[in-house]
Amino acid sequence: MSFVTVFDIVNSFRLKIRAGEKRLNEQVTGGYASDLLSDVIAHSRKGNVWITIQTHPNIVAVAMMKELSGIILAGGREPDADTIQKAEEEEIPILVSPLFTFEVVGKLYQMGISGMG
Amino acid sequence: MAGVENHIRFQEVFHIQGGNFTNAGSISSRVKEILKRAGLSDKVIRRTSIATFEAEMNVICYADRGNLSLLITPHFLKVVVDDEGSGIHDVNLAMREGYSTANEKIRELGFGAGMGLSNIKKNTDEMLLTSKFRQGTHLEFVIYLDKQNEG
Repeated sequence: MSFVTVFDIVNSFRLKIRAGEKRLNEQVTGGYASDLLSDVIAHSRKGNVWITIQTHPNIVAVAMMKELSGIILAGGREPDADTIQKAEEEEIPILVSPLFTFEVVGKLYQMGISGMG
Repeated sequence: MAGVENHIRFQEVFHIQGGNFTNAGSISSRVKEILKRAGLSDKVIRRTSIATFEAEMNVICYADRGNLSLLITPHFLKVVVDDEGSGIHDVNLAMREGYSTANEKIRELGFGAGMGLSNIKKNTDEMLLTSKFRQGTHLEFVIYLDKQNEG
């Protein structure tokens, strides 16, 4: 398990915060990257940060269900307005990056976050 | 089964609105909260959450409306989902991982990968699925509470 927090990730590659600012001190246990929600439901683990290009409110439901530490939207995608609202209510951090999924995952690996946490 | 009914710890029925993607996941979140409050093990909570989320999504994606009932006894929990909607033409085919009849809209949202029913199967101890095509689907699954090794 890494000792990286969501805040550390935001800082180290300057992600924009779109929701859940109060919960950035959460410890990141690992990462998972997928755009299929059933895949994330099946394989992500508690405390993982999730990298996806999905922007609709159901990503917040998945993050809540799996107790993920945060969601990174890759490829410069912006969350829908109702996604932001739901994420604020549920205190799920949503971060956006202009980088594509592959680059985001590579940077997270360099920070010591792995997929098996 | 009379003996079982005497030992029901919890029973509730939730309504699911077909096509309502905005509130998707809200029933499974409530079920998860109930299991946490009931003090069930992490593994039971994790498996039930996955199976319930998938069952809820199936109603939202493919049905007009449905009900999900949760029953907790000292030894097992049971979830029954009945819906009115498109039904399943071939249940055996639907159970195959990767098989899906989802339309483009559902797939764009990241659903309809053909993983839902197999996710349910993998995370439950007993599963029963029956359907009348163009009418509706009946799903029930059981998770035993006292056979779970933590992990």
